[in-house]
Amino acid sequence: MNAYNPSNGLMRPDRPVGIVGYGAYVPRYRIPAAEISRMWTGGTGGVPIKEKAVNGLDEDVATMSIEAARNAMLRAQINPQEIRAVWVGSESHPYAVKPTSTIVAEAIGAVPNTQAADWEFACKAGTEAMQAAIAFVGSGMARYALSIGMDTAQGRPGDALEYTAAAGGAAILIGPAAESLVLIDGSYSFVTDTPDFWRRAHADYPSHGDRFTGEPAYFKHVLGAAEALMTAVNRTASDYRWAVFHQPNAKFPERAAQALGFAPDQFKVGLLSPRIGNTYSGSTMIGLTAILDVAEPGDRILMVSYGSGAGSDAFDLQVTERLLEARGRAISTEGYIARRTEIDYATYTRYRDKLKL
Amino acid sequence: MEVSRHWRLQAQRYQLVGETCDSCGVKLFPPRDVCLECEAPAQELYTFTGLGEIYSYTTIYDAPAGFEHNTPYMVALIKLEEGPLVTAQLTDIDPSEAVIGMPVEMVTRKLRTDGDEGMIVYGYKFRPAVEELTAV
Ligand SMILES: [Zn+2]
Repeated sequence: MNAYNPSNGLMRPDRPVGIVGYGAYVPRYRIPAAEISRMWTGGTGGVPIKEKAVNGLDEDVATMSIEAARNAMLRAQINPQEIRAVWVGSESHPYAVKPTSTIVAEAIGAVPNTQAADWEFACKAGTEAMQAAIAFVGSGMARYALSIGMDTAQGRPGDALEYTAAAGGAAILIGPAAESLVLIDGSYSFVTDTPDFWRRAHADYPSHGDRFTGEPAYFKHVLGAAEALMTAVNRTASDYRWAVFHQPNAKFPERAAQALGFAPDQFKVGLLSPRIGNTYSGSTMIGLTAILDVAEPGDRILMVSYGSGAGSDAFDLQVTERLLEARGRAISTEGYIARRTEIDYATYTRYRDKLKL
Repeated sequence: MEVSRHWRLQAQRYQLVGETCDSCGVKLFPPRDVCLECEAPAQELYTFTGLGEIYSYTTIYDAPAGFEHNTPYMVALIKLEEGPLVTAQLTDIDPSEAVIGMPVEMVTRKLRTDGDEGMIVYGYKFRPAVEELTAV
């Protein structure tokens, strides 16, 4: 039993829980940032990443979530009928009204004895679902709960976000600590009302407060959440083997990591944005999956998401022996990244459905 | 029975759930409740692994309504590793890549979208089996 301490904001369930399965998904197509730059600036502008992942014509957040969820199930080897929640966090649900989560629940065989809901909080919708899943399992209401962060992100043609807004994400299955590949020691959320980025109900593309996205938004929340969690669990950067942060570009997470005292060998493995772009709700969680593909038993991991609007969820994780036998049961995150077909701007426009005829 | 029939169709579309014959063990897809081999009633549900190979294929350039946004696309006869032949679209593939005998795996994708306001229909397709390109 954990003593509840109202002063430090730490969230830790009564029953210990962990990650019993995880799975990533990255679609096959890549558009180099240099190709987008060629289109809009004649290739003269600097680019924030090397390339980004783009979904195919027949893919959306539902199909991509299904594949990530199936990978999580392959690693967990549990009966899908024991799952009591399927939660999908995204900014690009295929329907405005009609849950993505029911489609995923059906496809993995979790219906009908399950909760299903879609979560929204810009890019941290997936980690919020993770925290709720921790509570669901930690309270004893469920043996397993599935949380997914997945996006097919939108950038207005020619806008700075077009270079990075990408497709991909991950599924994290929460269950009892005794069956876990990764133990969850606790989590912490840091939230304020900050208008750095938004999309109105009927707009196709988001708007952002340009210079407002850095210090008062990303860094304030990511650093605030990370520091508060590390203080609450009494750990410093050197106690963690790995760290992963929300990745809107390559620079922000690198700067945040260094400000917290992390060295490149702690944060480079989970930093995927230079090669797949910003997968929004998927970004932090898919970074975690890349770490789990290589981490060793005993390794501690700090994970911190960020969602505009704004807030960060921070998690303190520790790898168990069980990870070693489970991880090879599904395609690794690097395996998906290596499956790469380059496309040009014209094909990209068709795939992203930007051609208004 | 209505509800369970509906669920079976959905399961068939999303996860390749067929049947296995209780008497001779043959696997059936799609489920048809009577064994094709021995005519015994086959009721036991069986979820296929989704692994198979291309048995034959063709490329569609002139698509029926609802599919025109995807042209050109490929349709193949897939031989599942459990035996049955299934007709399905291929995805994540260039027409030049396909060969008979190519290992493929089942994925759930958008089959069709009914305009801007209609339903999105999801179902199985097959893609080239993803080789693990990195050391595990
Ligand atoms: Zn038979």
